[in-house]
Amino acid sequence: MTELNDVITSVTLLGGRSKSGEPEEVNLRLVPGDLVAVVGPTGSGKSRLLADIEYIAQRDTPSGRQILINDDTPDPELRFSWGRRLIAQLSQNMNFVMDATVAEFITMHAECRGDGNLDEAYAEKLIHEVIAQANRLTGEPIMPDSPLTALSGGQSRALMIADTAILSDSPIVLIDEIENAGIDRRQALDVLVQNQKIVLMATHDPILALLAHSRIVLKGGGIAGVLQGDAEEAALLQELQRTDAALMAIREKLRRGERLSGSSLGSGSCPA
Amino acid sequence: MKLITVAGPPSSGKTSMLLRVIEWLKEQGLKAGVVKFDCVASRDDERYRAKDVPVLLGLAGNLCPDHYFVTNIEACANWGQSLGLDLFISESAGLCNRCSPFIRQALGVCVIDNLAGANTPTKMGPLLKQADIVVITKGDIVSQAEREVFQYQVRKVNARAEVLQMNGLTGQGRERLGALLAQAPDTGDLEGRKLRFSMPAAVCSYCLGETKIGKDYQMGNVRSIAIPESEVSGGETA
Repeated sequence: MTELNDVITSVTLLGGRSKSGEPEEVNLRLVPGDLVAVVGPTGSGKSRLLADIEYIAQRDTPSGRQILINDDTPDPELRFSWGRRLIAQLSQNMNFVMDATVAEFITMHAECRGDGNLDEAYAEKLIHEVIAQANRLTGEPIMPDSPLTALSGGQSRALMIADTAILSDSPIVLIDEIENAGIDRRQALDVLVQNQKIVLMATHDPILALLAHSRIVLKGGGIAGVLQGDAEEAALLQELQRTDAALMAIREKLRRGERLSGSSLGSGSCPA
Repeated sequence: MKLITVAGPPSSGKTSMLLRVIEWLKEQGLKAGVVKFDCVASRDDERYRAKDVPVLLGLAGNLCPDHYFVTNIEACANWGQSLGLDLFISESAGLCNRCSPFIRQALGVCVIDNLAGANTPTKMGPLLKQADIVVITKGDIVSQAEREVFQYQVRKVNARAEVLQMNGLTGQGRERLGALLAQAPDTGDLEGRKLRFSMPAAVCSYCLGETKIGKDYQMGNVRSIAIPESEVSGGETA
């Protein structure tokens, strides 16, 4: 099986029409390591966008959009087999359901990448790598022999992200509203970006949206525009991150049973 | 007209997924109708009717659902033909894993969900092994990794089939499946056509209404399980 990760060097989205027939002025070329936020209210066209990418649309879906792979139209055969594996999806309501330990499961996943030929030493290395990566994202360490279904929400999310970054063959990762609970979101995005994924992130969170390199704005079933960050937004991001850190520090104090004072906010002091 | 046979375990999402695909086919100007085969009860015909999809419902009752299917599919297909349908889809639920309703030269689709368990594909027999397309549903509630593992398990059992992930709730993936159904060959007359896999032999006293348990009541096609001698009191095996 061709490794999609290695073959796909760029994905380009060419605009079509919104649901009301408005033309979309979009020409967005994405390369591995890109982080793109997708913003817009529910029902504004996220599933439509997703379906177009997975179908590698060639102006033959209701949106009239076109998706280029490596700056070209893929031949029909490839379009078919690639589309299925183009996007890895991660969302809030995904769970582990398999009755296996973390180590067994990572081995299983690695086996299906190598079509069943997996060297034992290599499997060991992968298990270690995925778990170590997941444990950098969550405060509650995951053990190789933990049952998958016994992991907490934060642990599950961390393992899903580490596994997708290291073992999934899909060049694009779509993250749907990654929550703040039990996982370092910024690091999670870094892991995916460093592993050369194209990351699409649907979010309403200003910090996450501003961390992205660009922002697809959805409205009424169409792409209303693609925004690039600027100096002003970068400054706002800094400010938001300071406030966020201060809020975290207050939460931590609360957890430790301490008294809170009005001056805690805005000082930007990180918890010791 | 194209006859498409769709089968899979109960509640694997066959109807939801088909409603989404039929919607897409309609957008392409293609008219589809359905016959739903089930065993005991089904209200899926109402779901099709609510979406203006012509539908027949067949309940096998006290007959083996596979035998019920094969003795009725021709008449159902003729009904579809008389309505001028482009595609006629037979949807079978409640089959045992010994069988498949797939017919030679008619597209066969197996539906299975991601929650079925990693070993389920190896237990499914011709329903999965002989399908041209395998649709895996309910991917929205399991992790990406499990979707990939499950798909690999399906591939191991059936390397020939086109395997697709589809979400019956949102319709994600329907374009691909819809395109495959739209490209299916025309089926023509079913008379004299062959099933891809023979039906199970089932001619014994219990077929004829026997309900009592015991050697004296078993007649006809009966097979005994192998049990090691030492553990059997009386030690007699059939």
